[in-house]
Amino acid sequence: MIEAIKGGLLITGSLFMLLAAVGLLRLPDLLTRMHATTKAAALGVILIMLAAAMHFAEVGVVARSFAIIVFILMTAPVAAHVIGRAGYFVGSRLWSGTVKDELRPNYDPLTHELKSGLETHENAKRQPRANDPD
Amino acid sequence: MDTVLLISQVIMGFALILAFVRVVRGPSLPDRVVALELFSTTVVGLVGVYAIQSGVASFLDAAIVIALMGFLAAIGFARFLERGGPRDD
Repeated sequence: MIEAIKGGLLITGSLFMLLAAVGLLRLPDLLTRMHATTKAAALGVILIMLAAAMHFAEVGVVARSFAIIVFILMTAPVAAHVIGRAGYFVGSRLWSGTVKDELRPNYDPLTHELKSGLETHENAKRQPRANDPD
Repeated sequence: MDTVLLISQVIMGFALILAFVRVVRGPSLPDRVVALELFSTTVVGLVGVYAIQSGVASFLDAAIVIALMGFLAAIGFARFLERGGPRDD
C-alpha cells in the first residue's frame, strides 16, 4: 500500500515538473512563463518530498523533507515576485494578447514614479523632498 | 519500485532538457533566469528521488542547499537586472 502511494506521488510529482517545463517552453511571454514554472514546479517538489518522507519514515528525515517543503513554499513566490518585477522594469515585452496592464499608465520608467491612480490635479505633480536622493 | 524511480528520473531529465532549450533560446535575460530557477527546482526533485533510490537520507540535506542556492541566485540576478535599468536584448 505504502509502495503504491509512494509510486503515485513520485510519478505525479515528476509529471508536474514536466508540465512546468512544457509551460516554460510553450507560453508566449515572461509573466505567463513564470506563472507556469513557479506553481507547477513547487507542487512537484512537494509531492516528491512527501514520497521521500514516506519512504524513510524516520523522525529526522521527515522533519528534513518537511523543511524542504516549507522552504520551497516560502521562497517560490518571493523569487517569482522579484523576477517578475525586475522583468517588467527591464522592459520585457508583454504578450500581444494581453488584456490589461494596469501598471503602464501609472508608472513612469524614467523617474521610477508610481501613481496610485486616484490623484487630483494638484498632487499629481512631483513634489521633491529635501532628502530625496536625486 | 525501481521501475517507478527510473520512470520519474527519466521524466525529470526530459523536463531539464526542455528547460535548457528555453535557456538557450530565451529572448531576454529574465526568461533565462526563470529557466535557471526551474532548473534548480527540478534538480531538487531529482536529488530527492536519488535519496529514495540509494537509501541515503543525507541527500535531502544536499537538496536543501540546492534550493537555497537557486533562491539566492534568482534574487541576485533580479537585483542585477533592476540596477541596470531598461535594456533591449
